Amino acid sequence: MTNPTLAAGAVERHLRARRDTGRGLLMPYITGGITPGWTDYLRAFAAAGADAIEVGLPFSDPTLDGVTIQQASQAALARGASTRGILADLSGLPDLGVPLVASTYYNLVLHDGPAAFCAALRRAGVDGLIVPDLPVHEADELTDVAAAAGIEPALLASPATPQPRLAEISDRSRGFVYAVSLMGTTGERAALAASAAQLTERIRRVTDRPILLGFGISTPEQAREARRHADGVVVGAAVMRRVLDGAGPDDLRVFLTTLRQALDQE
Amino acid sequence: MRNVLPWREPVQLDGTMGEPLARGRFGEYGGRYAPESLVEACREVDEAFREAWADPGFRGALARLLAVHAGRPTPLTPALRLSQALGVRLYLKREDLTHTGSHKINNVLGQALLATRMGRRRLIAETGAGQHGVATATAAALLGLEATVFMGERDIERQALNVFRMRMLGAEVVPVTSGSRTLKDATSEAMRHWVGATGDSHYCIGSVVGPDPYPWMVREFQRVIGEEARAQCAAELRAGVPDHVVACVGGGSNAAGTFAGFADTQARLVGVEAEGGAGAARGRLGVLHGCRSLFLQDGDGQITEAHSVAAGLDYPGVGPEHAHLRDLGRARYVTVTDEEALAAAVRLARTEGIVPALESAHALAWVIRAAGDGDLPAGSTVLMTLSGRGDKDVSTFKELL
Repeated sequence: MTNPTLAAGAVERHLRARRDTGRGLLMPYITGGITPGWTDYLRAFAAAGADAIEVGLPFSDPTLDGVTIQQASQAALARGASTRGILADLSGLPDLGVPLVASTYYNLVLHDGPAAFCAALRRAGVDGLIVPDLPVHEADELTDVAAAAGIEPALLASPATPQPRLAEISDRSRGFVYAVSLMGTTGERAALAASAAQLTERIRRVTDRPILLGFGISTPEQAREARRHADGVVVGAAVMRRVLDGAGPDDLRVFLTTLRQALDQE
Repeated sequence: MRNVLPWREPVQLDGTMGEPLARGRFGEYGGRYAPESLVEACREVDEAFREAWADPGFRGALARLLAVHAGRPTPLTPALRLSQALGVRLYLKREDLTHTGSHKINNVLGQALLATRMGRRRLIAETGAGQHGVATATAAALLGLEATVFMGERDIERQALNVFRMRMLGAEVVPVTSGSRTLKDATSEAMRHWVGATGDSHYCIGSVVGPDPYPWMVREFQRVIGEEARAQCAAELRAGVPDHVVACVGGGSNAAGTFAGFADTQARLVGVEAEGGAGAARGRLGVLHGCRSLFLQDGDGQITEAHSVAAGLDYPGVGPEHAHLRDLGRARYVTVTDEEALAAAVRLARTEGIVPALESAHALAWVIRAAGDGDLPAGSTVLMTLSGRGDKDVSTFKELL
């Protein structure tokens, strides 16, 4: 296993530093281009105490997303959102003090080629990348060029992943390991799945890289519970449902502050 | 649009359409671009399929199901009156005569048998024209499995008869309302559903698409079309092998099965796509639904909607092995319009007494056009897979003719 600290880039250094102070990590998600002034949400996320922000580059066929993120992607595309336009919007932002992590499906990465795609992310001030349909055994084409461009591709681990593969994922992931809490798609759930604790415990056995738990984390109570197992949480559908319902940046700041407080209490 | 290209001599006669390369690759295409949550499920399918396919007991059980339930072998029918009019000798491989009315049953019986071997109790499927859904519902009923079939809302409207058949067979038909509400979106929804159901369900993909091992496995289950046709041609034709082998291509399962029987011969392979769904002819490199292949995309890399009068060809991509065969020059991919397909369907009905599925009518439309413009030389022999019968398309015929 490579030394993760030596290999760490901006995202990982940032998350490790915050984790090492005992802080529970919060990474809210926003679909890029969802509203005309969508970057205002990013400022609100940072103000609410986000430790990193995931920016979704919408794709026409999001095969791992539940209804909410699907609707958000379709809505963003319908109003003309594109990778190029979203990255241009991000380029114009002042430093928010937290790393930006793009997420999208591999077709968009392949469209201009992984090297050009990563270079464009870097120019826009993005540090990390999540590609849910690029499992570790297909990731070679991306990981080398991402490293050259200074982009950290975080890999996903699932409750169905066998232990040896989990070790490989944790080793090759950059920035953090994205632990998928349950066997299902993104979306709000009534309770944190039991599989979340088992998975994070299994990942913990093979890496000290930050572990962020995502899929289904929607309430302060769930965030608090997730924090007992993982280093932090990713919150997507719970944010996007509010955005789709018309909530503005201030509303999201209030919501994320409740999650922040829950993480801080744990 | 006319698509007349000079013929190239078939290349790569050996080794094509065998086992894929490492990591499920056909050249640069294929692979297993599945969410991590599905990778283990794909690996289990791969392991189970390899084991089953090497097991004479499994092969025997499948052969028996195909014989006594699906009605194989299907005949090779000379299209005598049409051949005379076109100046070529056209033979039809009659997959329309299988139980449930299309080639889809070959693959589904294979996968359903595999699912029972794996201890799964439910089949998940996507369907466009409904034929794969009907086949899945049929195989599930036969083997005592449950079936859940995802179908785009638009396809549900235009294929009402097949929806009724599925429900009558005991399957749950789930309308898909996202995106273009057709096959592409039904496939996405079926994959999403499988993520949460890998423990007890087998995803029964209907074409040579999806993550490894599906493109290979589905082609192997459809290989029976090509192998039967090869033996029938050997008995029927002086040369033993037709000059041209033609099949329609959506994802491309009937074409892959047919081509597999002739890949090692001098026969020229032709895949016929819908003008509005021409993944092989006009797609560009991408990744969708678990595999790397050719897909119709816009300038931003978004998958564009396919449009075809034939719901089964309404898919914006093509199976990875077809992309590879195209690159090798081993197969040629051409397109025909909705109008040409409709006219071809009528012509077959009136010359041979056969109403073809709109999908199959695309293949025939190309044969008619190519015979007319000399792309098919006079006197040449043509094997065309008639992938399904046109009963399901009667309302479309009524509306458009």
